[in-house]
Amino acid sequence: MKGFVRETGRVAAMPGANIDTDVIMPKAFLKGIDRSGLAVGLFHDLRFDETGAVRSDFILNRPDMADARFLLVGPNFGCGSSREHAVWGMLQYGIRGIIGSSYGAIFADNAANNGLLLLSLPVAEVAALAAQLKGGAGDMTIDLEAQRIETGAQIAGFDIDPATRRALMLGLDRIGETLTHADRIRAFEEAYLARKPWLMDAGSDERLS
Amino acid sequence: MSAPKTLYDKIVDEHRILSFDESGGAGERLLLYIDRTVLNEYTSPQAFSGLRAAGRTPWRPAASLGVVDHVNSTNPDREAGQLDDGARRQIEYLGENGRDFGIEIFDLFDPRQGIEHVVMPELGLVLPGMVIAAGDSHSTTYGAFGVVGFGIGTSDIEHLLATQTLVYRRLKTMRITVDGTLAPGVTAKDLIMEVIRRIGADGAAGHAVEFAGDAIAALGVEARMTICNMAVECGARVALMAPDDKVAAYIEGCPRAPSAGLFARARIEWDALRSDPGARFDKELSLSAGDIPPMVSWGTSPDQSLAITGRVPDPDDLPPERRADAVRAMAYMGLAPNMALQEIAIDRAFIGSCTNARLSDLRDAAEILRGRKVAPGVRAMISPGSSHVRSLAEAEGIDRVFVEAGFEWRRSGCSLCLAMNDDSLAPGERCASSTNRNFEGRQGIGGRTHLMSPAMVAAAAVTGRLADVRTLAAAEPAR
Repeated sequence: MKGFVRETGRVAAMPGANIDTDVIMPKAFLKGIDRSGLAVGLFHDLRFDETGAVRSDFILNRPDMADARFLLVGPNFGCGSSREHAVWGMLQYGIRGIIGSSYGAIFADNAANNGLLLLSLPVAEVAALAAQLKGGAGDMTIDLEAQRIETGAQIAGFDIDPATRRALMLGLDRIGETLTHADRIRAFEEAYLARKPWLMDAGSDERLS
Repeated sequence: MSAPKTLYDKIVDEHRILSFDESGGAGERLLLYIDRTVLNEYTSPQAFSGLRAAGRTPWRPAASLGVVDHVNSTNPDREAGQLDDGARRQIEYLGENGRDFGIEIFDLFDPRQGIEHVVMPELGLVLPGMVIAAGDSHSTTYGAFGVVGFGIGTSDIEHLLATQTLVYRRLKTMRITVDGTLAPGVTAKDLIMEVIRRIGADGAAGHAVEFAGDAIAALGVEARMTICNMAVECGARVALMAPDDKVAAYIEGCPRAPSAGLFARARIEWDALRSDPGARFDKELSLSAGDIPPMVSWGTSPDQSLAITGRVPDPDDLPPERRADAVRAMAYMGLAPNMALQEIAIDRAFIGSCTNARLSDLRDAAEILRGRKVAPGVRAMISPGSSHVRSLAEAEGIDRVFVEAGFEWRRSGCSLCLAMNDDSLAPGERCASSTNRNFEGRQGIGGRTHLMSPAMVAAAAVTGRLADVRTLAAAEPAR
């Protein structure tokens, strides 16, 4: 996982509420067994029409958004299906961070596990940023170390959960981290299953047919 | 005496291996033991590839079950069902992963195959007090058994397989109390759609929602599963109900349920699985069941729903922050402001999905269909929630009711709920659907979905438009 410390780039505004992961990564792109080839799937049905032609009115298709690095989004972004392909597609397309007021919970966990930064700001601050960007201040720097957003002349701070911040900055292998506690897990499991023997693994049974 | 606790906190505390911050409150970061998971063919492949790449093996393979449900065809002739190359590869890879890592897999031809959230409970693998995380957002379904169930992405599936744990953040709690009695023709689906309409698509975000009240207690276990299943559509990460005698009776005798002696011991613990009197919730909401009408969605988010007797809203009457989304949804759905919902004609009708394709759902729909015919021009399909549900329905003759009414009696799978198989809507086609999501493009690019209960889908199928099931239930069908 690539770490996130400080990134600068273009920001695209997509202010609608409840933009779900079906829209972020349509089902046609979910048939792989690896993580590759998902950049083309990102917002596919918004970026392209039924004939495959580019929809010029979609924000990411605007010439000045060719290398968008951040999205400014509406509430409950990434709700719906658990498909992590939505996050993989974002990163493969080049999106490094999202600024919004709230996110689908599974999407947020997926983002944290892959190094995609999600910032949660109060609705009014998201609106203020959107208003600023309309004025042409299209570039933004997000400094995760200093916990601040820089847009042109303005600098604003943000809060972020310290554990998520650390994992993002270091690009940590979370499984490796957890396995450092393997002895604790094993001891817990043994005591837990002894206390609740009905939870022991059920054997195969063919009564259902 | 310790402070009163919520059911959610009791279950989390039982599964806490260690706490990274020892805060104990909402937001506490901890390592959580996971009892079971169920894997499907489309969110698990990259997790297994990750294990292989890192040279890791599953911590406790017998705590996992794999099922094929999302990409398979529901063609009644399984051998003839269309599978594209990607789907075929995903199904093969799930089988290969099961063999290589010692995980039991129900493939397409297994008599126990079906949708993961239908299969797990019917086997007796879902037991009160468990924590079950799985790579599907509707894992909240298990809450009907007093289980902390939640959806995870593929990286967390890999983490769970490798460690039998997840790094977890304790949620805030919310209680939704529903008292009174549901009116005739009104179901659990209508109840949860009303909750979602009221609080919005993110109204329970960050919360574990406990459903309580005598209206919930009066429901059967399958109806409760419908509510917990769809709670994710108002942002709930976890939905919970205190287990009772009905839950125990549902589990008892299932193929994988604990044997009699252990079952009796388990019951003693299950009886304590309820929120203590005086337990504090971060949010509370109360509803009166008797006020809830049959519901349908008109828009492209599950909170864009109304009573079937209502009209498509006029965006000018909506709060400013909801206007732009409503205008966009209306354009996508091909609807005009103030249209009566019952004037909306449909092309397709679908009964299926992890929300509403259990035996009780099929019985509800069959009751409306008995002696009636699907309206001309409507293609109606039913895909039972599992192969087991399908055979139970056949044993009691419900399949004949569907077939005689003009429904296609399909095989089991997620099918048209998310249309990863060959069952999708064509652009512009409008579907009355017992599923859970009306998102843009969900059932096919340009497809238009109206969510409702299975009985309401049956009513729409026979009238050819969105219809109030109560008027049909009252009328005696021609026989």
